[in-house]
Amino acid sequence: MLGLGVRLVYRMYRMHPVAASIAVVGSLITALGIVGSTIVIGRVTDSVVLPAFDDGSTVTSSDVLWGVAAVIAIAVVRSAGTVMRRYYAGMTTQQVERSLRERLSRYYLGLPMEFHQRSMAGRLIAHADNDTMMATHVLDPVPFTLGVVFLMVFAAISLVAVDLLVASVALLIFPAMYVINRIYTSQVERPTAAVQASVGRVSAIAHESFDGALVVKTLGRAHDEEVRFGSASARLRSFRVQVGNIRAVFEAVLDAMPSLGIAAVVLIGAHRIRAGAMTPGELVQVTSLFTLLSFPMRVFGYFLEMVPLSVVSHRRLQTVWSESLPEIPTAAEPRISGGDGPARLQVADLTYTYPTVARLDDADEASLGVTVAPGPTDVNDNRPTLTEVSFEVAEGEIVAIVGGTGAGKSTLCSLIAGLIEPSSGTVEIDGVSVAGLDPTHRTGQVALVFQESFLFADSIAENIALGEPDHRRLRHAIEIAAAAGFVDELPDGVYSVVGERGVTLSGGQRQRIALARALYRRPRLIVLDDATSAVDPIIEQQILAALRSELDVTAVIVAQRLSTIELADRVVYLDGGTVAEVGIHSELLSHPGYRALVEAYQEAAV
Amino acid sequence: MTSVPVRPDGRVVTPYDPDESEGAWSVIRRGIKASPPLRRGLGLTAAMGVSVALGQLAVPVLIQQALDSGGLTEANEVDIDAVTRLVAIVVGIVVLAAFANWRTQRRLVSRAEETLYHLRTTAFAKVHRLSVADHNDTSKGVLLARVSSDVEALAQFVNWGFFIWVTNPVLVLGMFCVLAYYSVPLALVVALTLAPAVPLMRWVQRRQLAANDLHRTAVGAMLGSFSEAVTGAAVIRAYGAQDRQANFLRRSIDTRYRTKIRANRYMALVFVISDLFASLAFALVLIIGVRYRDALGLGAGELVASLFLVTLIAGPISTLSEVLDQTQSAVSAWRKILHLIDAAVDVADPEPGLVAPPGPVRIEVENLVFSYRVGGRVLDGVSVSIPPGTNVAVVGETGSGKTTFAKMLCRLADPDTGSIRLNGIELSELSAASRLATVRMVPQDGFLFDASVGENIRFGRPAASDAELDAAIDLLELRWWIDRLPFGLASPAGERGGNLSVGERQLVALIRAALADPGLLILDEATSAVDPETDAALTAAIRRLSEGRTLISIAHRLATAESADTVMVFDRGHLAQIGSHAELVVQPGIYARLHRAWTGATRT
Repeated sequence: MLGLGVRLVYRMYRMHPVAASIAVVGSLITALGIVGSTIVIGRVTDSVVLPAFDDGSTVTSSDVLWGVAAVIAIAVVRSAGTVMRRYYAGMTTQQVERSLRERLSRYYLGLPMEFHQRSMAGRLIAHADNDTMMATHVLDPVPFTLGVVFLMVFAAISLVAVDLLVASVALLIFPAMYVINRIYTSQVERPTAAVQASVGRVSAIAHESFDGALVVKTLGRAHDEEVRFGSASARLRSFRVQVGNIRAVFEAVLDAMPSLGIAAVVLIGAHRIRAGAMTPGELVQVTSLFTLLSFPMRVFGYFLEMVPLSVVSHRRLQTVWSESLPEIPTAAEPRISGGDGPARLQVADLTYTYPTVARLDDADEASLGVTVAPGPTDVNDNRPTLTEVSFEVAEGEIVAIVGGTGAGKSTLCSLIAGLIEPSSGTVEIDGVSVAGLDPTHRTGQVALVFQESFLFADSIAENIALGEPDHRRLRHAIEIAAAAGFVDELPDGVYSVVGERGVTLSGGQRQRIALARALYRRPRLIVLDDATSAVDPIIEQQILAALRSELDVTAVIVAQRLSTIELADRVVYLDGGTVAEVGIHSELLSHPGYRALVEAYQEAAV
Repeated sequence: MTSVPVRPDGRVVTPYDPDESEGAWSVIRRGIKASPPLRRGLGLTAAMGVSVALGQLAVPVLIQQALDSGGLTEANEVDIDAVTRLVAIVVGIVVLAAFANWRTQRRLVSRAEETLYHLRTTAFAKVHRLSVADHNDTSKGVLLARVSSDVEALAQFVNWGFFIWVTNPVLVLGMFCVLAYYSVPLALVVALTLAPAVPLMRWVQRRQLAANDLHRTAVGAMLGSFSEAVTGAAVIRAYGAQDRQANFLRRSIDTRYRTKIRANRYMALVFVISDLFASLAFALVLIIGVRYRDALGLGAGELVASLFLVTLIAGPISTLSEVLDQTQSAVSAWRKILHLIDAAVDVADPEPGLVAPPGPVRIEVENLVFSYRVGGRVLDGVSVSIPPGTNVAVVGETGSGKTTFAKMLCRLADPDTGSIRLNGIELSELSAASRLATVRMVPQDGFLFDASVGENIRFGRPAASDAELDAAIDLLELRWWIDRLPFGLASPAGERGGNLSVGERQLVALIRAALADPGLLILDEATSAVDPETDAALTAAIRRLSEGRTLISIAHRLATAESADTVMVFDRGHLAQIGSHAELVVQPGIYARLHRAWTGATRT
């Protein structure tokens, strides 16, 4: 583990060598300053204090002033070293954190949609937050730890210069403290990792529980939730107490060791002074060195403690980097040259199987030998969602996709928009495969509006334009999406900020903003994945009518309402991931499954 | 009837917006009062401070004694026996102090962890007691922070800063006592020299705290843009917004970096201030001690020990100042947690409360008025009487108050004024258990827990037998759907039910309600996301389910209203119309208009 930690530190220091080097130099200066100050104390004792008490006449005020000057000079040097070390050590850590986060953001944005489908959102955000912080935690004590190594060397030299016998006490005590520190860190390693994992578990439970607060209330499960949260908190408490108890032992021992060393030094010193081999000042020098060294020794232990946490956290980050970022297709890649008019869509033999969702970070905890809470087992359902789907949509045509729950409608939409790549088969726009397109070029051609609308925590204008808005286009998009009414009533109109703490919009209003976002881009193919499900039927009709009359666009619409289906030129009827029927609505009614599906409401209402 | 809780100073207490002006001491006093385990450890805490200080003070005293009584100042005056005795005593003290240190730390750790556990679980329980109005007004992230990151901030403090606060003041005080024992004037010199360091450190620290505040805001903004990049991954890719998001991310990451560096600058300074002042004190003690040794009555060992103490004194002082920052964030976290714990509960369950008899429920609502804290009145003077066993449909536009009306019937919030009676019993006087057995609402958002589908259904009535569970599934004729799941009832629902589609989650919620067997069933667009075929089949099943109970369905389509006994039409918080479909459809008004639009929309 220590080896891994050293390698990690080396790699991170190589990322930002300048700040790291300054911090190390600072710690070198601090170390020199500390040893220097003990030497000054010893000298001052021998040449100023003790002579003054001896006969009083041999000490001149210039001797005193020299002593004072030396003390202050050393203090200034040491302080300068400390400031350098602390500031630049912090800077190194922060620079590394910034680089790691920038790298994560490149991956989050650059990796294909499929990566997000199989990763848990909470985990990805934790990578950018806590994991990055923990991964660099090990860097904080590094300059100081290196300083301690310098300190040990200088201290050993200064001790040997004073007296070999006294130095041998140090040579026993310092390694002993190091060994005790190692034992301590190896003892707390597991409980500390368990604490980390329990903290995650506790907040995961709270997260879930608060998210479902309404359901918890309506089911009267508050008490059960308290029990569940309570037992996770109790585990966390017991791991923390375990760590605390181990620490209590070692803190007490490590606190006492320098004092015991000093006691030994005084005893040996008494013999050596009597033998004339040592001066009282040198004794004072050695004892103050022992005292000042006790804190740095602890920092060394802190470093050892941080190593496993940082290594594990860094490993978590590496799971992201082990993904391969797709190369961005260059301008030489195929482009669609269909001009501004509506696009032609061809879907051929399309098959898609969802990737398996990775569960929890059990692997990480297992590597430390800790099991916290068993997560539910993997669902390895490898049945394809879509099987050999083929159909065509002509320029300017409106095609409705109709199918029962779980028929694969949303998956088909994502494939058409090029968000995910087919397991086999092709989606072509004007004869060009969507999969190989430059994403920027692709998004100019196809716009997909989702079932669940996502709004950025930004103004409505920004949410629609996703950049500097062209006001006429913005207005036009808002009007076609039938959003003008409520947007104009907002206090700041299109500049009203939506999002968690902003204006609360209803589901139907959010959907209309999301629709306007698609319309704003004037795509040649628009894909609506049940995108108006929360909009009143009357307004939905307005929207679709406007879509047809005002825009020159090919449309694929996942539809549930009969009125919407009837508006389409043709219908693709999906059943269990395959195309059961394609044709005009009135023709398809002869298919019993289709009829049952689309006329269900009418039957029920009669 | 509820009133918004108000502080003595007239400020309104909300669970998410603590009073930042409350002083640290007041927070600590309240915190200790609210945490019984903490009160029990206070004597021990003092014992620990003394034991640690004793262990550390033994050293300078040993040096002084060895020099003065052990004769170490001169080679020919060394008294080995005296030195050996001294060393033995010091070793004894150090070992005893270490032992005391160990025991007290152990006790303190378990006390502190018990306190944190108590605080965390109390805050968690409180969140689930808050009314739906509070949940509406508060972001989930804020509530989550109260039981996670805020408690963690306190835990960090308890693990480090707290010990420093216990030991270091005693240590500094002890050092001054020893100094004063050697020479009162020298102790005064040291105290006066070090005194200016304290305001200086506080000044730097205040700037550091301000910088930290900026940093925390920057961290929040950065996490916000990461969160968008992750949860909005599909939209970002579908609209080619990668560059835009990358810009936001780069900027927010860099802002976070720069605010942190700024805060670090002050942190780097704090530590050396006390060190520099201590060196000044050292110089002064040296000059004064040497020149006025006779007037002060100092021994050589005493002066050396004093100098020694001065070099040591900077350590604990600067550590204390470092801990101060941590202490402040801990106090602010504590303040926030206490604020949540102290917030008044709008919806308090009566103890023991009345029990409603089983069977269909008569509902009497009189002059119901309700408003959320932000956004004005949602319900304004609603009165209605619904006979037991009625099948009621509620219609109205988004924001007309129909969902809020439904929520109030299962007491997710209490009315501002007016009353709701079920079978003649005031809703707020029903015991929690009886209310749950009587009223069941299926919310539109089918949130599921990360457990199996079967377990999620069973949450409706944990005591239900397998046979009852099967019966509920069969009653709704959903066996085919369960059989289609990869592992049937044992299939994991996933995080927030993510393994299932939105429609499937609604099916789980519906079976759950059927299992609960309530006298009043409320469906809030409970089948809005299932496909039409299943929805139609469910309509028949729900009709069967509603036999022998009162059913209130918030309608998302016409058929529900057409087949109901009574239709309630909501408009801007008022009950605009009420009657049967046949009556209302011929009356000029909202319902007729709505009906025309619906039929126009669904039957061209």
